Amino acid sequence: MGLPYSFPTVRADPEHASIVDSQAPIVIVGAGQAGVQIAESLRQEGYGGELQLLGNESHPPYQRPPLSKKWLLEPGAFGALSLRGAEALVRRRIELKLDTEVAAIDRAASRLQLTNGEQLPYRALALATGAWARALSLPGAALGQVLSLRSIADSAAISAAIRRCAAAGRPVVVIGGGFIGLEVAASARKLGAAVTVLEGLPRLMSRVTAPIVSEAFERVHRAHGVELVFGAQVTQLRGSGDVESVCTADGREYAAGCVVVGIGVVPDDRLAAAAGLACDRGILVDDCARSSDLSIVAAGDCTARRLADGRLLRLESVQNAVEQGKSAAAALLGRERPFRAAPWFWSDQYDIKLQMVGLSHGYDQVVTRGDLQKPAFSAFYFQAGRLIAVDSLSRVQDHMQSKRLLDHGLSPTPEQAADPLFELQSLLRDAKLATADGA
Amino acid sequence: MPRVTYIEPDGRAQTLSVDAGSSVMRGAVDGGIDGVEAQCGGLCACATCHCYVQLAWLDKLAPPSEDELLMLGNVAAERRPNSRLSCQLIVEPALDGLTVQFPDRQS
Repeated sequence: MGLPYSFPTVRADPEHASIVDSQAPIVIVGAGQAGVQIAESLRQEGYGGELQLLGNESHPPYQRPPLSKKWLLEPGAFGALSLRGAEALVRRRIELKLDTEVAAIDRAASRLQLTNGEQLPYRALALATGAWARALSLPGAALGQVLSLRSIADSAAISAAIRRCAAAGRPVVVIGGGFIGLEVAASARKLGAAVTVLEGLPRLMSRVTAPIVSEAFERVHRAHGVELVFGAQVTQLRGSGDVESVCTADGREYAAGCVVVGIGVVPDDRLAAAAGLACDRGILVDDCARSSDLSIVAAGDCTARRLADGRLLRLESVQNAVEQGKSAAAALLGRERPFRAAPWFWSDQYDIKLQMVGLSHGYDQVVTRGDLQKPAFSAFYFQAGRLIAVDSLSRVQDHMQSKRLLDHGLSPTPEQAADPLFELQSLLRDAKLATADGA
Repeated sequence: MPRVTYIEPDGRAQTLSVDAGSSVMRGAVDGGIDGVEAQCGGLCACATCHCYVQLAWLDKLAPPSEDELLMLGNVAAERRPNSRLSCQLIVEPALDGLTVQFPDRQS
């Protein structure tokens, strides 16, 4: 297949002279969702020069969300996880370098030092270094079969460990009742293993959802046979070679054939921080993905985005990677494309499709619509009477409509949101935003 | 392998061979077609793989599920009678020659 693209020359922008004068490539560090998006968006925005995408794994770019869901149940061919085929990269003239680890950024010389001794010059740099799974720092954390989830290899190891536990009648202990922990718990039950979830706080997913949503998931997990333990302060893991049990501060000891640790992630800002870029548990960026150095942008899980009100936002989601990736590509070409859409996330546990939009932090009122018992309902979060977030459990329509409401700064009243007969779509129609025959 | 013709937002057409059993979205992202995002990877959860199916093919496709219809109600670009989510369109030999167009925005 030929290359049907014609790349317009990037016009010189005096403020970004360092970017356009050099013949060196634009280099993207990190070949995950954000890195790939930056590369593709650079081409779509008309960048015609060389483009290198560096990945530190041996796999071509792949999707991470299925690793805690479908992939655990049926690890299959790599193709199903692939983010973009080789053909797609060739067509866009994106040079992918795998197994490539960057040791340092030399900003003064505009080049990267690789761990293999090679040096790569860049005309502009994009950082999409992602995050790593937060590790337990407890006695016994280094025992065998203490696992965390980030990569394909991690997912394969957890899948195998769960199957071994199921076959041997040993329980899987999950530390952390957040998205990853609960998705792993659901998958482990489907694979026939006994599962105990140890959560330090009094309820599930407490960082991101209201109690009414946590309670719905507690019922579902318990109905599927998961043992949920709240307020569990893990003190040590015991075993010889492989882990055999998990001890908590109240003196209890939970038998374990394997332990899956799902206690959050740590943004990987090591390269950026070592190079003197402003970082605060993540590479600090504005809403156009620009770092404190004009010729360096950053996108995805590795960033902490400063909002207009000064707060820092750290999001770990596909949407964040994609939208910040678009912003980053535009910024490298001297354009502003701020990411201001409402954040959204999803999680699959059993047959519940959880879709969340907006940030519920700081809510002062929650109303629901739908069936709480089934569960198939949405929780609408309000702050001072305005809608700020919606969690939908198997309520696709609520989610999609709420996403559009939030993106356009529209809000139902709490009474309207709670009224099953009130059509959220009518607010979009009134604002002339509804699609022609929108549901 | 069945062939699918993708019309990108700027009107250029690309014909690709796509594995039977694979989705129209999968064929597009593997082949580097412009105009498809597929943020959720094919779970019918994001509506960023919206396409317009050439009318002659519309009746040959399995009808949309209830979830797909709900997602289609809120796509970013204009919804038309031939709007579908390409992650829900599974390629099979009988669909050889299927033609879809991607809109100018997905999110």
